[in-house]
Amino acid sequence: MKRRGFLAVAGAAFVAGCNKVAESNAGSKLLGAAEKWHQGAHRLLTNREALAPEYPKSAISPYFRGNGSTDPQNGDYPAQAAEGFANWRLEVRGLVENPLSLSLDNIRKLPQRTQVTRHDCVEGWSAIGAWTGPQLSLLLDAAKLRPEAKFIVFRCADNLNGQDYYESVDLIDAYHPQTIVAHLLNGEPLPVKNGAPLRMRIERQLGYKHAKYLTAIEAVASLDDIGKGQGGYWEDRSGYQWYAGI
Amino acid sequence: MKRHSFSTRVWHWSNLVCVVVLFMSGLTISNAHRRLYWGDWGFAPEQAWLEVPRFPDWMTIPGYYSLAVARDWHILMAWPFALMLLFMWVAMLVNRHFKRDIATSRKEWKPANIAADVKAHLKLDFDHGGGKYNFLQKLAYGVVLGVFLPMMVFTGIGISPGMEPTFGWMVDLMGGRQSARSLHFIFAFLLFGFFVVHVLLVLLAGPFRQIRDMITGGRRDEA
Repeated sequence: MKRRGFLAVAGAAFVAGCNKVAESNAGSKLLGAAEKWHQGAHRLLTNREALAPEYPKSAISPYFRGNGSTDPQNGDYPAQAAEGFANWRLEVRGLVENPLSLSLDNIRKLPQRTQVTRHDCVEGWSAIGAWTGPQLSLLLDAAKLRPEAKFIVFRCADNLNGQDYYESVDLIDAYHPQTIVAHLLNGEPLPVKNGAPLRMRIERQLGYKHAKYLTAIEAVASLDDIGKGQGGYWEDRSGYQWYAGI
Repeated sequence: MKRHSFSTRVWHWSNLVCVVVLFMSGLTISNAHRRLYWGDWGFAPEQAWLEVPRFPDWMTIPGYYSLAVARDWHILMAWPFALMLLFMWVAMLVNRHFKRDIATSRKEWKPANIAADVKAHLKLDFDHGGGKYNFLQKLAYGVVLGVFLPMMVFTGIGISPGMEPTFGWMVDLMGGRQSARSLHFIFAFLLFGFFVVHVLLVLLAGPFRQIRDMITGGRRDEA
């Protein structure tokens, strides 16, 4: 008991010290910088076009876990879901020459990519599914990005804990061949828990980047004025790393 | 007893800090999803091979549940940990510490020698004779430096989705991403086991002199 008590005190003291470091200015800067070192190392070691592993159909998980929002009840999402998303629109807007507003039919008629990939949640679990949809690069090229555009922001229909979900990536991940706007999971329209009717697939990053219930794709020059400026819902809310390839 | 070289001492203490922070922040990350799986995927209880207990706040970094902050620490300390390990290996090969003090000879693997060494340990007799370390010590340090610590780096890379396009072969070698995650956990606890035994033996073998020597290198006249 005594030894346990000593361990607990030593552990707590060490934790308190670490918290002090994390709260200090230099400490929090250092913690933030490490994310950039990993991103730099990944970009250095990995070709910008290099693909995340793709699996045979036999590797698909028996069902696909949903996380975060799994049944949005805000705004007109429930009504849209009730009518089978017949009037869903996806906008492509922001720093583009030709803003687009696409129906699900428009999206289904574009050239499609199907990929059996592994989804890795930041919590640690993984699931494998087959995703189908047009490459994001097709939509961006159709809308014609303006040269000032540096990031692509994904706007979502779900409001989680009082804040609208959103995410963002840089142009390298936006133009990656496996970055698709998925409307099918395992050959079926997306289930609501997995982001119906449209979700992003950003295959070289963790699950929270794969924005669900997608309503708009927005080209921007900076992320500073969006949400709380950290580039995504979880980044703003909890301080998750914007670069989620780690 | 030979002096500990400067590189050994710097690595020893910096590695201690790195491993402690990585381990304690790793416990928070484990708390985020307390199941382990084999293969490429897994997310539900029926696929798990182990249900991990929840680690209490006093042993985790930060001292409350925050996956984001724990990942910040883990991601930061992974750098000095991996780079210092590389430094230690280069130093150990260049200054012959590895060959002279850690590598074992065929003779040492004879059952009689191993039995004698085990017996000496049980009697708490830590006399090394002429060498710096006895057989069990060489074995422990060799396995920690050559297997446990490098496996933490490799399995860590294996969990990272951004590394997989380049290191997919390594993930395959480990049996998939969830296997890499399980191995990351197993090697972390093997290291923890080493840490406990290591500290215990230092305490039994004369903690003051042992710790002093790992700081200052040890007395010159003993060299």
